Amino acid sequence: MKAVRFWGTRGSLPVALTAADVRAKIVAALRGTAGRSLESDADIDRYVDDLPFDITGTFGGHSPCVEIVNGTGEYVLCDLGSGVRPFGQAALARHGPVPQTYHVFMSHVHWDHIMGLPFFTPAYIPGNRVFVYGGHPDLEAALRRQMDVPSFPVDFSYLRADIRFVRLEPGVPFEAAGMTVHTKLQRHAGDSYGYRFERDGKSIVYSTDSEHKLADPEEARSFAAFFRDADVVVFDAMYSLADAISVKADWGHSSNITGVELCQAAGAKHLCLFHHEPANDDAAIAAMLADARRYEQITRTGRSLAISAAWDGLEIAL
Amino acid sequence: MSLDSRRYADVTVVAPSGRIDHEAAGPLERAIAPLLAPAASPAALVLDFGRVDYISSVGLRVLMIAAKSMRARKARIGVAALTPTVAEIFTISRFDAVVEVYAGVREALAAMSPSALAALAADPARGGP
Repeated sequence: MKAVRFWGTRGSLPVALTAADVRAKIVAALRGTAGRSLESDADIDRYVDDLPFDITGTFGGHSPCVEIVNGTGEYVLCDLGSGVRPFGQAALARHGPVPQTYHVFMSHVHWDHIMGLPFFTPAYIPGNRVFVYGGHPDLEAALRRQMDVPSFPVDFSYLRADIRFVRLEPGVPFEAAGMTVHTKLQRHAGDSYGYRFERDGKSIVYSTDSEHKLADPEEARSFAAFFRDADVVVFDAMYSLADAISVKADWGHSSNITGVELCQAAGAKHLCLFHHEPANDDAAIAAMLADARRYEQITRTGRSLAISAAWDGLEIAL
Repeated sequence: MSLDSRRYADVTVVAPSGRIDHEAAGPLERAIAPLLAPAASPAALVLDFGRVDYISSVGLRVLMIAAKSMRARKARIGVAALTPTVAEIFTISRFDAVVEVYAGVREALAAMSPSALAALAADPARGGP
């Protein structure tokens, strides 16, 4: 296991910065220049590098698509959100026409997690192999249906790669792309599945679109076991705790606070907040990250837990 | 965790102490439940958190249940005298937007019920006459 690379991190719906958002970032950056010497390029670079990420960058962007870089030479993805389009372009730029193998693990088939497939260019190219894994019996039907007329002009049959669907069973370890993969059923409308990828003594957990009922200690124990000692846990932290258990209860998502508590119980090393709420701007996501880090400090009893908020382009090295 | 409960006119003040974590949340939920029953019907419920040094998400869930129950019958709920750590957890979790937060019990009663404030002032256990 080498790294986790994020191509799409936004939940429910892709979002883009507006002109007003960009202007606000420029204004915020310029406001901090008062009294500073910015005469050389090096001065400017230093100044920009010291600015917070929510001013200099953006969390993005695309809906969920996460790459597990495992060092085998085969590609491993979680979900086919809109982030799979730039992933596919990057893979083509790297390999040209040389056929590749792609392993795709689907959390579920809600729109935001499948919408990128029609724009995943490698799937159209003969010679490529695409294995699509998931726990849903209607996984293949859902992917085909979104490309039916009138929803999309190019039928699924035009995908000329060798595409195969593999049904996974929760609790039954599975070998793929040189890894052992554990599948866990999660609480979400229509069900979702979390995945734990293990190789060479390293482990990465992808657990999104998963609601946690705080009153159920057995559920908490089972997720702590699923996250046990993981190097990275990619976690659905769409809402604040207050929202997750009140106005947005039963919406199938979780909070930054629950992520911290489960990862602490599991002894995980790195929590990555994921599936950002589309209504949250960069400042709001940065605040949720700061809150999670502070909560971890307050509640820490042993080893510290690293916490980050995923953004399109982030790579977490193991 | 221990729990004291006092009635001041039409307001009930509950004062848990210690850590409200996975172990303590259940007892707290069971202890508060009778106070939320229609028969108890306080006009307001105040949780005096002056002796609570930590509350986890499971503990906050108990508070959410109480808030929903009180609001369902148009009654008020507040927390008072938060320790610095608990105050920070309320902010981080956004629970400061779920319940009314007061500097102390006196301030809570002053905002909620003049008669409860008068009863508090007359309570020898609270420094009254």
